[in-house]
Amino acid sequence: MSILEFSRGPMLHFALLVFVFGVLWRLVAVLMLGFRKRYSEERNSNDKALMVGGATCGLRSWPHKEFIGRTAFGEAVGYGYHIGLFTIVLLGGPHVIFWQNLFGFSAPWWPTLPGGLITVVSVLTVILMLIATIRRYMHRPLRQISNFDDYFTLAILYAIMISGLWAVLGGPGRYEYILAAHIISFNLLLIWFPFGKLMHAFYIFPARFVNGYLHAKKGAAT
Amino acid sequence: MSKLKQRKDRPTIGQVMDEAGVGRRQFMKYCAGMTALMAMPPMATTAFAKQLRAARRPSVIYMPFQECTGCLESLTRSFAPSLESLIFDTISLDYNHTLQAAAGHAAEEARLEAMEENWGEYILIVDGSIPTKLNGMYGVSESHTFMEQLEQTAEGAAAIVAVGVCAAYGGVGAAYPNPTGAVGVADLIKNKPVINVPGCPPIPEVMTGTLVSFLANGVPDLDAHLRPRAFFGNTIHDRCYRRRFYDRGLFAKSFDDEGARNGWCLYELGCRGPTTYNACATIKWNGGAGWPVESGHGCIGCSEPGFWDQGGFYEPVTAKLFTERGESIAAAAAGVAVGAAAGLASKARKKKLASETE
Repeated sequence: MSILEFSRGPMLHFALLVFVFGVLWRLVAVLMLGFRKRYSEERNSNDKALMVGGATCGLRSWPHKEFIGRTAFGEAVGYGYHIGLFTIVLLGGPHVIFWQNLFGFSAPWWPTLPGGLITVVSVLTVILMLIATIRRYMHRPLRQISNFDDYFTLAILYAIMISGLWAVLGGPGRYEYILAAHIISFNLLLIWFPFGKLMHAFYIFPARFVNGYLHAKKGAAT
Repeated sequence: MSKLKQRKDRPTIGQVMDEAGVGRRQFMKYCAGMTALMAMPPMATTAFAKQLRAARRPSVIYMPFQECTGCLESLTRSFAPSLESLIFDTISLDYNHTLQAAAGHAAEEARLEAMEENWGEYILIVDGSIPTKLNGMYGVSESHTFMEQLEQTAEGAAAIVAVGVCAAYGGVGAAYPNPTGAVGVADLIKNKPVINVPGCPPIPEVMTGTLVSFLANGVPDLDAHLRPRAFFGNTIHDRCYRRRFYDRGLFAKSFDDEGARNGWCLYELGCRGPTTYNACATIKWNGGAGWPVESGHGCIGCSEPGFWDQGGFYEPVTAKLFTERGESIAAAAAGVAVGAAAGLASKARKKKLASETE
């Protein structure tokens, strides 16, 4: 079995199983935690609290005006590489084919961007990721709250991005090994996903929603 | 002793060519063609010609095993050198089931005689995979299994050339679930130089070129899969005339869309060019008339080990290589169960803490 065969076959299969198992474990465990008993008088109706919860998802996605001067740069870089990653993953030709093949459906309507554009987006994304990493290290409070999870996740992301660019740009080395390295990095991401900070992809909006909902019930501004 | 003398008396390729009236210009043209095929520098032509002229006309034993005769069909369509010139001028084909007039016992006698006369010097060409399950009983000829025949014939060979992906890596015979336990020559023969010339079938000029190269220079430089680097050094993708479309991100999405009509890259339609090492894009087929990608079909990767088990031919090289879905459902169910157990445990702990506080 070649390394490419291994990465696309048993390893990808195993990684997907771990991903499905881990994500559901984490989600169900959190869902079952329930809420703390509220002793205060309810300040808003349930409908209003639900609306505030929904609005909080949007509001928290934008820098707070009081801190905008200090946080705008970090948020812009964060948004930049997240948008870049989503563009590459969801609109890159080979990736779209991969998703269709993985989930077993054909979607001719799914648009793809030209390879050249994806390459440019990839390079920009790597640059933004580098800025974010340097900032994380240079910014003292950020460095203090960073741990293995943050750096390991970034390392996997770099491995995926650089091997992908390497394969597309035809860098030195045999294509099948570079492609295998790309797929293996992705497999590692799938395995690590449920157990690290990447779970924020699933938690972020429900967490914001619940936060807004509970604050509304207590009559607190969010 | 007399047999050794007989071997030494055998004419050199140069002598045979002189007798046949092959002129110097024609011979040099042929050698220049061969060195160009093998990507050797032009100045190597003279040395190549000298060595080839001095080489003694070798005995070749061609053994077909679990095969479809496609490789031999391909070989007989070689343009440079043609099979006729190869057989009569360059090699002495002493045994081949399909081409020889003799059959059965007489054919086997011819093989044993050729082996005895040329012990240690003949070239063994193998075509087809070798079944190993049930001690090789899936393939038997003249009361001997293919395994026995291969081992017996390989013993006295100077080198073995495995032509076709079946002889090289097991090919279609070894495809999952490999019912006959088919393997390639190099999996069984470890004490002789094995040169793989894979493909389904291999390019005829690559087969004949490898033989001529061996005669002139011995075992050529081989890659990790024992293929001559001269012919298998680059991927189809690296030499493909559609590569510029790949670089520009222009892909055909189906075999009859605008992209396909414009000759765009076939990567998304399953082309295995990026992971396949072969000379199709440069030597081409039928005397250089064309090759599959030029005809509008992606490469199927037929010169790579295990190419039958690399997913569908119309799925790209990034496609997954597994089909089980039941296990994902089991993983999901297990995840929900473990999550629920963890949630219940947390709830119980919270309740206990609350009661302790009260």
